[in-house]
Amino acid sequence: MPSDFELTPDNIQMMKDVLIQHVPHARALGLTIKDAKRGEAWLTVPYDKRLIGNVETGVIHGGVITAMLDNACGVAVQLALPERVSIATLDLRIDYMKPATPGETLTGHAHCYKVTRNIAFVRGTAYHTDPTDPIATCVGTFMLAANRAIPLEHAAAMELLKNKQEG
Amino acid sequence: MSELKTNAIKNPPPADLNRFLEAMPYAQFLNISIDQKGNEITTVMGFKDTLIGNPVLPALHGGAIGAFMEITAMIQLAFETGITAIPKPIGITIDYLRSGKPVDLYGRAHITKQGRRVATVHAEAWQEDRSRPVAAAHGHFLLKAADEADA
Repeated sequence: MPSDFELTPDNIQMMKDVLIQHVPHARALGLTIKDAKRGEAWLTVPYDKRLIGNVETGVIHGGVITAMLDNACGVAVQLALPERVSIATLDLRIDYMKPATPGETLTGHAHCYKVTRNIAFVRGTAYHTDPTDPIATCVGTFMLAANRAIPLEHAAAMELLKNKQEG
Repeated sequence: MSELKTNAIKNPPPADLNRFLEAMPYAQFLNISIDQKGNEITTVMGFKDTLIGNPVLPALHGGAIGAFMEITAMIQLAFETGITAIPKPIGITIDYLRSGKPVDLYGRAHITKQGRRVATVHAEAWQEDRSRPVAAAHGHFLLKAADEADA
């Protein structure tokens, strides 16, 4: 894969298909990849009554934000790696700054800012429209080549991306 | 453990923790239930396909595991403090120790420190073998009185 591939709308659509549609929990949450570039991903979760944490307020549960950021971080790490390897979350710390606004779509942005031989470092933010007014922030580490089971869909996606770039 | 018992006696638990769960649709979305034996609370995330994060292994979604431990901590807080309002999470740190197999996940939490406004809670999740946890978490929660308006 070239070191600085462009993610065209076509490629993003494909990533959405392979990195989200084949992940049952992501599909259940309504996760969508909105945008992506090398080492970075923007994911959204639409407001859904099934995801409410408190029926009195209608506020989405903090756990949904955890799941979205976890997934966003994973995608950002995949997009930062020069070759396909399996990854596993080592740890993830989430700080909740304010409740999500009922009815509004959640956006999660994650940036993998450093990759070493064994570990990828990533941080992220959850917000509605303004990234400088976060609902939550996170920081996490991922282990690279965590196991032998390379996600097949991811491998296929990266292969397609590579071919597109080269062709 | 002795602290847990003392607290439970000092602050009688609400009659029905399930009402606490019912006020949290997301807990139902994750298929979470409570197994209460006296003053010991075990939460259960009953396996279903929509909890899968890696279909190849297959493994549970890390986010679902994190959310499950967060809810486990909240339920323990509700039980020990007797609060009826759902505690607000301030922050949670999750250590992923093993991949979660496509079976039920169990969780337990204990309150490390309970202050007037903030409680520190530790939670653990496991499957077949409790000595081989899938994940551990510690978090801070803001407690508020039942009659207190939403901040």
